[in-house]
Amino acid sequence: MKSLFKTSKIFSRVLFEANRKMSIVNNPIEISIKSKLEENLRPSYLKIINESYMHNVPKNAETHFKVIVVSDEFKDLPLIKRHRRVNELLKTELQGGVHALSIIAKTPDQWKDETIEPSPNCRGGFGK
Amino acid sequence: MNVLTRKNPIFTCAKNIIRFNSTKSQEVIKKLVKNNKVVVFMKGVPEQPQCGFSNAVVQILRMHGVNYDAHNVLQDESLRQGIKEYSNWPTIPQIFINGEFIGGCDIMLQLHQSGDLIEELEKVGIRSTLLDKKDENNPKESQK
Repeated sequence: MKSLFKTSKIFSRVLFEANRKMSIVNNPIEISIKSKLEENLRPSYLKIINESYMHNVPKNAETHFKVIVVSDEFKDLPLIKRHRRVNELLKTELQGGVHALSIIAKTPDQWKDETIEPSPNCRGGFGK
Repeated sequence: MNVLTRKNPIFTCAKNIIRFNSTKSQEVIKKLVKNNKVVVFMKGVPEQPQCGFSNAVVQILRMHGVNYDAHNVLQDESLRQGIKEYSNWPTIPQIFINGEFIGGCDIMLQLHQSGDLIEELEKVGIRSTLLDKKDENNPKESQK
């Protein structure tokens, strides 16, 4: 009887954990973008903005992103190479569901907390 | 449609085959990017861009009074894939100056804001009309 009680306790714990995980991970791509950029560029500032809501996609979609990355790794790299670096790191995401990726890549020196404007409005071409 | 094809392995496979067969040859694209001093690959046409990022590029080039070739990738799936491979760049729009890949919307925007675009255009013999406008309004103001 005791062991049955114990098993059911463990079982409910497992269920609880699974439930918790499921409720948190509704943005797997955003999380994966974040961890890849953090790991590889060790940014002093990193912001990932899901801009999918601005487009003709289902709710909670992860199709359009903007990333702001401030990293020492960008020192002496021209803009295009910084973008290529980010594109390369997020290759899998871009080949999968991510359709648009807007990149702001700066060195800590260049980064003053300037206001970042949202990306331009959709003009209907996506999903056609 | 996209969701459907992405999830179904048969569709995905078929899509890849189609994609493989219909990627525009790099030779053809090389000709396209060198056909004019400024060449843009975009979604929609300059008169009616179908993506905000493409629209931003069109507006910037318009401000500078640049004549350019525009190719609508939504009209041609093989071009859409081909250009991404050619420049090794995953997104549209893409801008070429003198046959050289410059970047996408973010980079154009930055070049425009920093004033570097005027110089880039000058290098290939295009005088940005923004210079004339600046001269008229603020003759003393520097270009940057």
